[in-house]
Amino acid sequence: MSDDLIHAPAQYQAAFQKSPGYWSGVMRRFRRDPVAMIALCVVLALILMAVFAPLVAPADPYRASMLRRLRPIGTEGFPLGTDELGRDMLSRLIYGGRLSLLMGVTPVFIAFLIGSVIGITAGYLGGKVNSVLMRTIDVFFAFPSVLLAIALSGALGAGIFNGLLSLTVVFIPPIARIAESVTTAVRRIEYVEAARASGASSFTIVRVHVLGNVIGPVFVYATGLISVSLILASGLSFLGLGVKPPEPEWGLMLNTLRNAIYVQPWVAALPGLMIFITSISFNLLSDGLRSAMDLKS
Amino acid sequence: MLKYLAERILYTLPVAFGVSIVCFMLVHIAPGDPLTSVLPPDASAQLQAEMRAIYGFDRPLPVQYGLWVLKVIQGDFGTSIATGRPVAMELSRALGNTLMLAVLATMIGFLFGGLFGFVAGYFRDSWIDRIASLISIIGVSVPHYWLGMVLVIIFSVQLNWLPSTGAGPGGSADWVWDWAHVRHLILPAITMSVIPMGIVARTVRALVADILSQEFITGLRAKGLLDVGVFRHVVKNTAPTALAVMGLQLGYLLGGSILIETVFSWPGTGFLLGQAIFQRDLPLLQGAILALAMIFVVLNLLVDIVQSMLDPRVQRS
Repeated sequence: MSDDLIHAPAQYQAAFQKSPGYWSGVMRRFRRDPVAMIALCVVLALILMAVFAPLVAPADPYRASMLRRLRPIGTEGFPLGTDELGRDMLSRLIYGGRLSLLMGVTPVFIAFLIGSVIGITAGYLGGKVNSVLMRTIDVFFAFPSVLLAIALSGALGAGIFNGLLSLTVVFIPPIARIAESVTTAVRRIEYVEAARASGASSFTIVRVHVLGNVIGPVFVYATGLISVSLILASGLSFLGLGVKPPEPEWGLMLNTLRNAIYVQPWVAALPGLMIFITSISFNLLSDGLRSAMDLKS
Repeated sequence: MLKYLAERILYTLPVAFGVSIVCFMLVHIAPGDPLTSVLPPDASAQLQAEMRAIYGFDRPLPVQYGLWVLKVIQGDFGTSIATGRPVAMELSRALGNTLMLAVLATMIGFLFGGLFGFVAGYFRDSWIDRIASLISIIGVSVPHYWLGMVLVIIFSVQLNWLPSTGAGPGGSADWVWDWAHVRHLILPAITMSVIPMGIVARTVRALVADILSQEFITGLRAKGLLDVGVFRHVVKNTAPTALAVMGLQLGYLLGGSILIETVFSWPGTGFLLGQAIFQRDLPLLQGAILALAMIFVVLNLLVDIVQSMLDPRVQRS
């Protein structure tokens, strides 16, 4: 899991220098990056598959049958076999994308909103407000991300909402830190000083100058967290936290199929493969965005 | 140096304080009463009140926190509700196993990650770089609990070469450094090493590429220094940061070992944590989280200090 994404980089600070047509340049560079384009297509396909699951899935993902438990991949009528309760694996994998994607993407999105507000507030106001906010953030930073997620959802108990809540808390600190460092850097640029000197209100300065410069890099950073979030979210369900049975969810499916590895090992491994494909696609997409926005240099 | 040391330690204290508050609050954000899991459902109100007084849950929160911290400082982490044994005892037994696994995994990950990253950064944009980058992106994207399952499927189920669970023959007996025990360590350690490998490879690649693009390297080359000499300079400049990353990774692995330990039934802190969650054993959960988080805080401090000793530039920034 890429904890380095959560816990290190300050390179995002340098990202705010824009030229006219910056976004069109980003789009052009992104379109020329074949790996990023493929990753984008895979991500879109996964999202479409999840949204239109009832239309795509060949069977009912909940219909169990004790007569056809743990059929191998390639069984007639069950192209990817059946699970430990005789339910169609293909349909469950398709439906599983709904909760897995939701549980992976939502925390990062909410954390992106909350973390940006915290980071921009701390960075723009500076002084005492900054100290109080950022020292509080430091405390949550002092936990390894997996441990914090498990501590919170372990204490709160299983359930989709508790899982989402724990993961959101995990991702607010890293996003707030990046937003704070970029905002602090932006605040010192001359044109922001000029705007202030010319009588613009704090709200206007934040809305026009700070937000425009900060949101881009923070957004790209947040997209890099989606893959971590997906792995963690499914990991929670894998541990019996997060999603509860009989809902189809990749992490939970991996958990309930664990005992089947001696009977149908490759069927049991399929849900994890889905998590892997999704997570690597989001990672490559985020890498592509980052290099298209030239955030490294 | 001393000033930096003092500053770093002073900065760590409030963080440690905050961490202890978060851990303390874990029991209190939990739904229901922490006692419900031990008491029979038909326990009388009097018994409930007595138990509450014994565990101290009837006092105001700040008082409870103060008493709890005093006990923790003396090494008393409370009593596990599920087993009735002291949490500190359960933890100390498990911690050794996790430490062994995490240290080994960090070493494997650092060795291969450093190698891949170095080669990739040195021959930037070549095919070697592409392969190394691919390996590192797989390393950071793979759900490691799944990778563990796949390795078990290949090496335990299909090939029957290595055991799939536990830390020794016939359950979790005391650890001995012989083949019968080491066999159990191989799969979990390799699975765990994938995480630091990907991250170390990414970091080292970026560092090496950055250093090679700096002017002093051109200067060294112009001076007539051979590649071996340049290589030495690159290593010297990369090592402090790479070692710092390695130290932090060890901390993440110690704290995040729960998923891998669950897959392999490895009798460490993560496995213990998993049991605590499963049995809703809140004192054990709280103790384990606190211990692991504090280890991470201290490790962070040590990494910073060691890094600043290896690379004095760190102190100034």
